[in-house]
Amino acid sequence: MGRYLVRRLLIAIPSLIGISVVLFTVLALAPGDPFEELATNPNVPAAVRAALRVKFGLDDPIAIRYLRWFTAMLHGDWGFSFVSRIDVDVLILQRLPTTLFVIGSSQVLALLIALPVGIYAAARPYSIFDQIASTLAFVGFSLPTFFTGILFILIFSIYLDWLPFVYRTDISATGWQWYWEHIRQAAMPVAVLGLFQGASWTRYVRSSVLDVIRLDYVTTARAKGLAERDVIMRHVVRNALIPVVTLVALQMPAVFGGAIITEQIFRIPGIGSLLISSILANDTPTIMAVTFVFACLVIVFNLLADLIYGWLDPRITYR
Amino acid sequence: MAGSTHALPTADVAARAEAARKRVSPGLESWRRFRRHRLALASAAILALIILTVVLGPLWWQVPINDIDFTARLAGPSWQHPFGTDDLGQDLLARLLYGGRISLGVGLAAMLVAVVAGTTVGALAGMSRGSVDAALMWLTDLFLSLPQLPLLLLIIYLFRDSLKALAGPEAGVYVLIVAVIGGFRWMPVARLVRAQFLSLREKEFVEAARALGASTTRVVVHHILPNALGPVIVAGTIEVAAAIIAESTLSFLGLGFPPDIPTWGRLLYDAKDYLDIAPHWALFPGAAIFLAVLTINFIGDGLRDTLDPRKVM
Repeated sequence: MGRYLVRRLLIAIPSLIGISVVLFTVLALAPGDPFEELATNPNVPAAVRAALRVKFGLDDPIAIRYLRWFTAMLHGDWGFSFVSRIDVDVLILQRLPTTLFVIGSSQVLALLIALPVGIYAAARPYSIFDQIASTLAFVGFSLPTFFTGILFILIFSIYLDWLPFVYRTDISATGWQWYWEHIRQAAMPVAVLGLFQGASWTRYVRSSVLDVIRLDYVTTARAKGLAERDVIMRHVVRNALIPVVTLVALQMPAVFGGAIITEQIFRIPGIGSLLISSILANDTPTIMAVTFVFACLVIVFNLLADLIYGWLDPRITYR
Repeated sequence: MAGSTHALPTADVAARAEAARKRVSPGLESWRRFRRHRLALASAAILALIILTVVLGPLWWQVPINDIDFTARLAGPSWQHPFGTDDLGQDLLARLLYGGRISLGVGLAAMLVAVVAGTTVGALAGMSRGSVDAALMWLTDLFLSLPQLPLLLLIIYLFRDSLKALAGPEAGVYVLIVAVIGGFRWMPVARLVRAQFLSLREKEFVEAARALGASTTRVVVHHILPNALGPVIVAGTIEVAAAIIAESTLSFLGLGFPPDIPTWGRLLYDAKDYLDIAPHWALFPGAAIFLAVLTINFIGDGLRDTLDPRKVM
């Protein structure tokens, strides 16, 4: 297991390097220039500008700039945010927990919806419940997150006035009150993301359970006289979840995309809204670092999916 | 006597039914199967209606999209403005019709880019063994694990101005958005096509074509591609919905089309600060996106059933 983890991490390294190359190329090809402000400022003499460009190595060949940037990333030197005036890694570490909290709880919510609904629907295919669940799942993943977010704000914040629609990290209350306020403000973003993911996962779970439930070993389990509940929970679900894990891992980039949108709608101070604001402010180091963090998160979740595979399917050996 | 007069028509009917069954073309057969999927059929009708409205609507509803009228600011639906107005008193129906052309157009064009790119990569990988296949699949996997939305935002932000200067504000952004959305969504198609190619190229009819001296290009274009088309059509349909969502997302984040081009996502972006006083402004474009995406997804589902020859319907 430990050796497998190391091997798997080693396989992840080329993808990380590939992603960093893609990122850096995009940025290097772009016409924007971090020294644009200096160039248009009449108080900065041309000689000073040129000296600054040399000092920061902006005129070096792209390969050298890439290598310099990559080694700096490895050393933990992620650059300095032009706009926020603090180091980028500090900025990201401040914001990351909020994002992970919102994404994590929404994924838990999605699982809590998708597993029971998908399994129940597949156990009674083409029943009324199945048809309603399938149609709702279709509606759920056809509703873009930005529209559900707006609908939720409209219903729960404006008409019913139950929930706040701006996410705050500086809640002054203490004790239970603090937790309560947090749950209230996180409810809508988590629900928006969770319902969207839950809807598409429900379809995966249903079709995957339907595939497994027709197999001979399930008939055998029934013939042994096991209760239907045991057959489904112990024999069917575990095998049915294997393809679901793949699909879920493949959807991770989309999950982070959804997180960016929800953070923007509900003004959650996470790394998604940091990305948008730094793009709008032309804050290159922050943009690079946040995009890279998103890429790392995707790879970490793919790794997690691989580990879950092994737990679900003992035939997969960790070599 | 009676028996023989009876026997003749029955045999005749049976023969005619046999002939009728033989005459059914693949297209007609697909249509027969597609009709069984009632939701898909209804969706096709609704989508056709949406497309017709968006394409022909502006001929009938000739209110200009940028006609500013401060006396009718943020007005709700009325006879004069069936979908209400925005904060500058511009007519929302006209803007929705205009935006629909762009949103649906981007969806279709981005789908074409994704399908063509995906089919090319998948076909190349499927036909060539060894290192080319491995390299292309590594590229596909790399693109699959890229954080798409952050990169989309980044690329559009960085390249918007230079393309605007190159091709004019509207066309430049249009080309950029179509290329970028298509460029980040070809991977599922590539994987599908490659899988199809791997199984099809070992089939007897391909071997026969090769034995008759067909070149690789001919084998691919005439024999393998037509047989691999079913799943590609389904994936392409769903791709349109995904591209519409992607475009709306970009516009919603303020990084898609410029403010004077009201796509559906852009309308939502503009409306989101006025939710408490003018909810209609957000609800109409949101509903339009939702309806378009939902119907396209249902059609994709129907096509999946239709084009799968193993499925008994």
